[in-house]
Amino acid sequence: MSTLKGNRLWKIITSPSRMMLTVAAVIILISLVRQFTGVDDITSPGAAGATIRFTIPILMAGLGGLWAERSGVINIGLEGMMILGTWFGAWFGYLYGPWVGILAGAIGGAIAGLLHAVLTVRVGIDQAVSGLAINLLGAGTARFLSGVFFIGAGGDVNISPQVKSIGTFTVPGLSPFLTTLGQKHILVLSDISGVMAGLITKINWGSLVMILALPITAWILWKTRFGLRMRFCGENPVAAESLGVNVYRTRFIALAVSGGLAGLGGAYISIISTGNYLEGQTAGRGYIGLAAVIFGNWTPAGVLGGSVLFGLTDALRVRQSTSVHALLLVVIVLAALYGVTKVRKKDWKGFITGILIAVLVLAYYMINKTVPDEFVTFFPNLTTILVLAFLSQRLRPPAMAGAPYRKGEEG
Amino acid sequence: MKKLNKLFWALAAPVAAILFTLIFVSIILLIKGANPLSTFQLIASYGSQSDNIVAELNQTVAYYLAGVAAAIGFKMLLFNIGIDGQYRLAIFIAAVVGGATHLPSYLEVPLIIFTGMVVGALWASISGYLKVKRNISEVISNIMLNTIASGLITYLLQPSRLGLKGKSSDNLSTPMIPNSGWMPTFHIFGGELYSFGIVAIIVGVLYWIVLNKSVFGFNLRATGMSFRAARASGVNAPRMVFITMAISGAIAGLTAMGELLSHTHTYSLAFPTGYALTGLALALLGRSNPIGIAVAAFFWSFLEQAAPALDLNGVPKEIVMMMQGTIILATVTAYEIVKRITRRQQQRLVGAADAPRVEAGQKGDK
Repeated sequence: MSTLKGNRLWKIITSPSRMMLTVAAVIILISLVRQFTGVDDITSPGAAGATIRFTIPILMAGLGGLWAERSGVINIGLEGMMILGTWFGAWFGYLYGPWVGILAGAIGGAIAGLLHAVLTVRVGIDQAVSGLAINLLGAGTARFLSGVFFIGAGGDVNISPQVKSIGTFTVPGLSPFLTTLGQKHILVLSDISGVMAGLITKINWGSLVMILALPITAWILWKTRFGLRMRFCGENPVAAESLGVNVYRTRFIALAVSGGLAGLGGAYISIISTGNYLEGQTAGRGYIGLAAVIFGNWTPAGVLGGSVLFGLTDALRVRQSTSVHALLLVVIVLAALYGVTKVRKKDWKGFITGILIAVLVLAYYMINKTVPDEFVTFFPNLTTILVLAFLSQRLRPPAMAGAPYRKGEEG
Repeated sequence: MKKLNKLFWALAAPVAAILFTLIFVSIILLIKGANPLSTFQLIASYGSQSDNIVAELNQTVAYYLAGVAAAIGFKMLLFNIGIDGQYRLAIFIAAVVGGATHLPSYLEVPLIIFTGMVVGALWASISGYLKVKRNISEVISNIMLNTIASGLITYLLQPSRLGLKGKSSDNLSTPMIPNSGWMPTFHIFGGELYSFGIVAIIVGVLYWIVLNKSVFGFNLRATGMSFRAARASGVNAPRMVFITMAISGAIAGLTAMGELLSHTHTYSLAFPTGYALTGLALALLGRSNPIGIAVAAFFWSFLEQAAPALDLNGVPKEIVMMMQGTIILATVTAYEIVKRITRRQQQRLVGAADAPRVEAGQKGDK
């Protein structure tokens, strides 16, 4: 319990009432930053729309990781499952239309998920080995299949023919109103309406459908019997088995869903983001999904937060590099605040760390006009390392995620 | 007889894995409409051409070092997937240091090699630290560190920083290492064999001696077998984990050093990624045994060298990637199954020894 007491930051992030407060504070902070730097793109509808497009694949991979790890199996193969999703999505999307493609992408990922389940749960090989081999297999299979199928159909060894696009959806009336309000540069109000406008203008139907995976996952994990059993398998499979839960079956289902979600994320990239399959287009998003799970402390809401953060940096990098630079100010303020809150608890090490980070980032902000693209690319990875390094005491992964388990042998 | 049985089961797993992979590939070849037998013949004859043999040996050295780096981790149940980032950052910094210094040859070459080892060890010890102090899975931290290493290298390789733009192409690379930092090559079979292979042999011998004949090696294996037991018997287990990770990184830093010292003399993004997976696969295939890894490494580079032959036969050479993934999975699966079979054999032996006592319990046991 003593660790829970020192849990301020996570309490703030995770408890609903304080979460509203935090979100409000962040909005005001970003709004101030926008006003101060004049980088209006941060809260423009365009940026919000792009953030959604970049967030959803990461979110899907992250939810996939969440399903797997909550059931007790680490899924490093998310990347390979996503690649299969991009391929199957594009090919079947080309043949039978985008919705069939999305379904095919999910199935492609789920097959790889089941392979992971057979190898790690049934045979009992190391979960990391299996996951990494699946990444290799996924990439190799997609490449091989592209050579076999795409060349005759107007594609090439690394590119598929174009998939028909899914329609978009705009809330009539409200969208133009919010867009114009967003352009008025009024503190906070314009920012909120700008972002809101982005969230309701030209939203792809595919995005809307996929986002449903988030509430459904949360509901299954915390409100259903299956979800309870699944979490049980992740925390203590031996006890779960002794109480009559079929650990193997639960993990098989969880991994199939996990692969399916990753496949959906892949299909989103190939069908909706680009409109065709391109080799290497997942660009490590499966691993970033894994990072989002850790960042999100193994909760659906946290995974969403991590995905949005990583998606946002991706989107801003693509749109306007000065935006990322402006966001450094947010980092500075947050780091300084972290340091100041430590004073009350007389945690001088924490205080110095926070202030030092703030000063260093501030120095960087003053000297440079932009943040190099290369740094933005590995921002999610660096964030994850930092979160793991500084907040690991507050993280609560499923206790037995990654541990081998054999039926009938004690854990 | 008992020994023969043991040997049989030790070899059964890799043989079964390779057989399974061959069958799997044959099926794909048949689907593709190619004759598997003639394709394998083509691979074999293409791979054993004399100039290809030298290229294979050079590649074997790099793979071997990656394999040993992975194997050291395995002894401690550490899964060093960070070999990729460690080796590329190490070779990159070593190339930069080599390009910036002009020492006599007997200092320059060791300096470059030493730099690579130190950088590899330092980069690996980040995940070692996180593992020991923060109890963070080395797999996750290393995956993240690999991407960070890639980003750092591309950032530093820009012409305004540590890199140069090539004269003829747009490829970015580090400044050329002066002649004194080159390692000689042997001319055999019409190819150039890197003398760096000697270092690999030394590493292999040291690996075996340290692991099997020293107190340190004993502690290492003990910690790998049971963290708690080792700790209880006075081994500083967390420190062993940290040191193992650093050593694994130092050896990862030697990977592809032969390529740098005897061939390219400069680092560019052409240095391949994927050594981590290969290294882990080889350590698994070779059962972390120094000779086993060497055999596996040669087999692996033989396959890769022969891959272009597949294209000639109308089979996309990407199939090699699928083959490698399949080999990894098949090997690990086969070892797991063999482990269970031999354990059951042992249990039966023990059971037969005191049959009277166990008999009663056996019905319920099954």
